[in-house]
Amino acid sequence: MNIQDLALRLTDLQSFEGYQFDCQPIPGEVEVLQVTVGDFEELPSYISITDTQVLCVTYLFTEQEVRSDAVSSMMAAMLELNILMPLSAFAKIGTRYVIFGALSVNSGIEDICHELITLSENALEAITVLEEYLV
Amino acid sequence: MSILKKIMTAVKGGAREIGEFIVDANGTRIFEQELNDAQVHLHRAKQDLTEVMAKQMQSARKMNALKSHIKDHEGFTIKALDQGDESLALEIAEKIAGSEMDLMEQEELHSSFSEHVSRLKGLVKKTERQIKEYERQLSVVKTTESVQKASEAITDNFSATNSKILSARDSLERIKMRQQRTYDRLAAAEELEAENSNVDLEARMKAAGMGEPETTGSTVLDRIKAAR
Repeated sequence: MNIQDLALRLTDLQSFEGYQFDCQPIPGEVEVLQVTVGDFEELPSYISITDTQVLCVTYLFTEQEVRSDAVSSMMAAMLELNILMPLSAFAKIGTRYVIFGALSVNSGIEDICHELITLSENALEAITVLEEYLV
Repeated sequence: MSILKKIMTAVKGGAREIGEFIVDANGTRIFEQELNDAQVHLHRAKQDLTEVMAKQMQSARKMNALKSHIKDHEGFTIKALDQGDESLALEIAEKIAGSEMDLMEQEELHSSFSEHVSRLKGLVKKTERQIKEYERQLSVVKTTESVQKASEAITDNFSATNSKILSARDSLERIKMRQQRTYDRLAAAEELEAENSNVDLEARMKAAGMGEPETTGSTVLDRIKAAR
């Protein structure tokens, strides 16, 4: 599966589990698809596909948004929460904290939809929980 | 050095070094080449293995044939001795001796084939594990490259479209507000529905002559008269 295929199939779906998907391909050296799920407009997920996996990433906040005295306790909280969060995990890309889910390239469209919905819901919940560490 | 360790070093050095790592490690190409070599190796080892195993089977077959030949001729020797034909017995015994020599040779050959087979099987296993490991490392390199480049593309896209990434707090607030609106709308719709079904029920009750009696001029007049 490639990004174009995925975009077409996501757009074709009228709705999945009550959610609609809005796709926007992002040009660049690596193909990236921006997908917003239903009401989660401000928390888009970004999908990229490698030989072995489909990576879905949602940005949470930047380093600057975290209170400087709260960084290590926030990270400890993230580690504690990591395993409890269904299908997603915390990570950091450059200066941004993210949550992501990785799927096998052989995953079906339904698995990807399910992952995207879960990721958006997890992102909202994660920000809600971690808000106390933010400036 | 393990590939994760190399990446860790690059991460500690900052984003620029990750970029450099990707470019000058030329990681992907090197790993792909190594993977390729290992696969060629594996293919050759498997071919050799098949050949040697065939030879091993062949020599086992020969050994069995020789053994049964010897056994048969031992029987013939006994028969010749029983018949008192010593010279025939000797002749047969000489043939047995020849076969036994052949058997020894064959046994040596067989054991050297067996050794070869087990060595090749070990090599195949080792190469297969190595290929798995290369594939894993290649996947790490490719993912690093992809994540790095994808995040560059996303950042570029944000500046190109002049949109900015909202702060987490703002996003949270907006989404929660929107969700609240959706819930409110749903609740309002539900309420409306309930009211409608109420109206509907009343109408049907009235039609059936139930419920509150209708107020008309004459019922009011009757009421006032009754109260006087």
